[in-house]
Amino acid sequence: MFGKLSLSAIPFDEPITMTAVGGAVLLGTVILGLVTYYGKWTYLYREWLTSLDHKKIGIMYIILALVMLVRGFSDAVLMRGQQALAAGGALGYLSPDHFNQIFSAHGSIMIIFMAMPFLVGLMNIVVPQQIGARDVAFPFLNSLSLWLTAAGGMLIMASLGVGEFSKAGWSGYAPLTEIEFSPDVGVDYWIWAFQIAGIGSTLTGINFIVTIVKMRAPGMKLMRLPLFTWTTFFTMVLVVWAFPVLTAALALLTLDRYLDMHFFTNTLGGNQMLYVNLFWTWGHPEVYVLILPAFGIFSEVVSTFSGKRLFGYTSMVWATGAITVLSFAVWMHHFFTMGASPNVNIFFGIATMLIAIPTGVKTFNWLFTMYRGRIRFTLPMYWTLGFIVTFAVGGSSGVMLSIPPADFVFHNSLFLIAHFHNTIIPGALFGFFAGFYYWFPKAVGFRLKESWGRRAFWCWLIGFYLAFVPLYVLGFMGMPRRLAYYADATWHPYLLVAALGVAVIGLGILFQGIQLFVSIRERRSLGDSTGDPWDGRTLEWMTSSPPPVYNFAKIPAVDDIDAFVDMKERGIAYSRPDRYGDIEMPKDTPHGLIIGGFAFVFGFAAVWHIWWLAVLAALGALFTVIARSADDDIHYVIPAAEVERIENERYRELASVAK
Amino acid sequence: MMTTEASTIGITHNEKVEHPDAVEMQAFGFWLYLMSDVIIFATLFAVYVVLGGNYAGGPTGKDLFELPYVLGETLLLLLSSFTCGLVMLAVRDGKKNSVLIGLAVTFLLGLGFVLMEINEFYRMIAEGHGPSRSAFLSSFFTLVGTHGIHVAFGLIWMAVMMGQTAVKGLTPPVQSRLMRLSMFWHFLDIVWIGIFSIVYLMGVM
Repeated sequence: MFGKLSLSAIPFDEPITMTAVGGAVLLGTVILGLVTYYGKWTYLYREWLTSLDHKKIGIMYIILALVMLVRGFSDAVLMRGQQALAAGGALGYLSPDHFNQIFSAHGSIMIIFMAMPFLVGLMNIVVPQQIGARDVAFPFLNSLSLWLTAAGGMLIMASLGVGEFSKAGWSGYAPLTEIEFSPDVGVDYWIWAFQIAGIGSTLTGINFIVTIVKMRAPGMKLMRLPLFTWTTFFTMVLVVWAFPVLTAALALLTLDRYLDMHFFTNTLGGNQMLYVNLFWTWGHPEVYVLILPAFGIFSEVVSTFSGKRLFGYTSMVWATGAITVLSFAVWMHHFFTMGASPNVNIFFGIATMLIAIPTGVKTFNWLFTMYRGRIRFTLPMYWTLGFIVTFAVGGSSGVMLSIPPADFVFHNSLFLIAHFHNTIIPGALFGFFAGFYYWFPKAVGFRLKESWGRRAFWCWLIGFYLAFVPLYVLGFMGMPRRLAYYADATWHPYLLVAALGVAVIGLGILFQGIQLFVSIRERRSLGDSTGDPWDGRTLEWMTSSPPPVYNFAKIPAVDDIDAFVDMKERGIAYSRPDRYGDIEMPKDTPHGLIIGGFAFVFGFAAVWHIWWLAVLAALGALFTVIARSADDDIHYVIPAAEVERIENERYRELASVAK
Repeated sequence: MMTTEASTIGITHNEKVEHPDAVEMQAFGFWLYLMSDVIIFATLFAVYVVLGGNYAGGPTGKDLFELPYVLGETLLLLLSSFTCGLVMLAVRDGKKNSVLIGLAVTFLLGLGFVLMEINEFYRMIAEGHGPSRSAFLSSFFTLVGTHGIHVAFGLIWMAVMMGQTAVKGLTPPVQSRLMRLSMFWHFLDIVWIGIFSIVYLMGVM
């Protein structure tokens, strides 16, 4: 009846896990209780969960990302705490089994359920507005993507309390992930969480490519696209190219585990290195999926807060394109030690080094944009500057790793861990934070308090160096990654420093929480009634904060790269149209939420081999799609009079600010 | 089945001229989906090419494949693509009944293909040459089976579209969906040509 699932799946004997489960359940109960107490269920369902508005979907993605950031960070704290204690004979507080689950969950969560929702959320809020559109090309698909991602995240959260998570790392190398060596459900949780969220990402990719190609405002030629939109475009090209490979690789591993096939097994002709190749064929482009949007954010931020057009716009676009193409020609640098011939290794080594060139072009463009600019040191600028300095270090260690003979020494050591955190944390996360502070007033209507934000920034930056510079050193000393405990006491002092670094980063996260809390309390004094709090340069600053559901009452005409600056200079930025027209918008619908729910149930049933439930859930999802496809009445019209009323209010507000 | 928006989102009527219409956007989006599916198939082909010689002491393609049988499958699928093309001509001319008849014929041909494939798989598994016998057979069943599952989903979609055509008539959204269905069907045809050549023809060589 319930497949492999029984009450013994709940880890009552693991106090640390049970504390975490208890905390999560308690927090969830409190939130649900508050929603019930204030009678907000209808509001939540109507205005948010079933919404097709790209801005609300974006906000929900970012909430998911922030929750998962805290979850992934807790894993980091546990790991650093364990390694700070478990030196020279001491065992620490985590069993190796548990430790392995934690580092697997940390990587999986941070990449797929923190970074991905964060960047997709920012794109959702910003890209349609930057190109002067009223929504994305396929609003329903957008909602579906969100709920598939959320379903994957829920699966990982479920693995905390029911059963266990994978112990085979976020990359899930076969044959360790084969049923022979990992007979438990952990790997299955990992597979289905990745698979379901990955399908959501592919759909997002298709959606945004069509949006950017087909829905630009008149006059917005490709070479007038704001840089964040450009990087979104290339990111989504990467997503559509790369994610299907992950889908296929995971499906093959699933067949190995569920139907006793032999793709990656040790026996009957399976080939483990095939899995590793497929995984990184997706995995390396995925790294650029994380980092390119952040590059776009830095470009917007640097240009806005230097009060200058971005230096080298064209080279910036081409550099992004070059990185996109090159990112598919470097995957083998993740396993130089596979034993391919020196010629193969050196091809991938050189291709990897080549990526440093367009990246360097970008760095110099940002520096030259700031050169002789009127720089305003706002929060987004802090994160951008922190990024440029820190990322230069991380990029350099990447060039070191790209030299195959050197890689044979560094491989699987903490040097590698230090390197990729040194690129992804400043390169992606700092960028998302910059974008978060930059676009927060646009999405929500008020700014976030600078004081707490600066404190948080310094904690993050200093904490980062404290946490990861010791790992570089430990890498040189020969400490491998993923050690639950170790005998060599000379490593211990460095791991203590790293643990201290995590504590300082924790302070940074705490300060960010305080910042959110304080800013919400003082939202009136921090409010933005102009829609353009930073003297912005692109079209998203033309709308009010937060924008009306249709974004633009009249689609703007574009004559320049910095379209809004151009309009402000010509004095037409806030000119009213002669008359307003009816606007057709997509109706909200619960179908995406329902399919996401079925996807979660399907994933859970597949993990536990509850086949009847899996079949029911799959049929449920299929019939929901069919029902949705039969519905032709999916739009509603906002009458011109209503548009005029909303716009008049906006102009009254603008006039009161001007006084 | 990817998208069902019936008209362009958020464009007032006087602005329509400046924007591509919904049908075009949906077709473009569907092309992108097909390209992502191409990558899945490309991956499976690559896996087949890498593992296709790993018989692990089991049977080879030469022992298992019966070209005349597979030729029969191929002809059914190609013929169904032809009738699918005729359906689109009928859609253009607005002949609802011809569309329904054409879809029914296409459906039957597609169903014949799927049944023949199931029969082929069943026979192989019954003889002990199932997908767990060797890496070669794993990759064979997965590549060919993934195509078969696609065709099966195409059949479900086709049944839904027969229903929609019968109930709603050839409205613009229905026409747009039929166009994407035919894109999907032709796409599966092209993939099958790859499978026929690389798996079956090269397998018996």
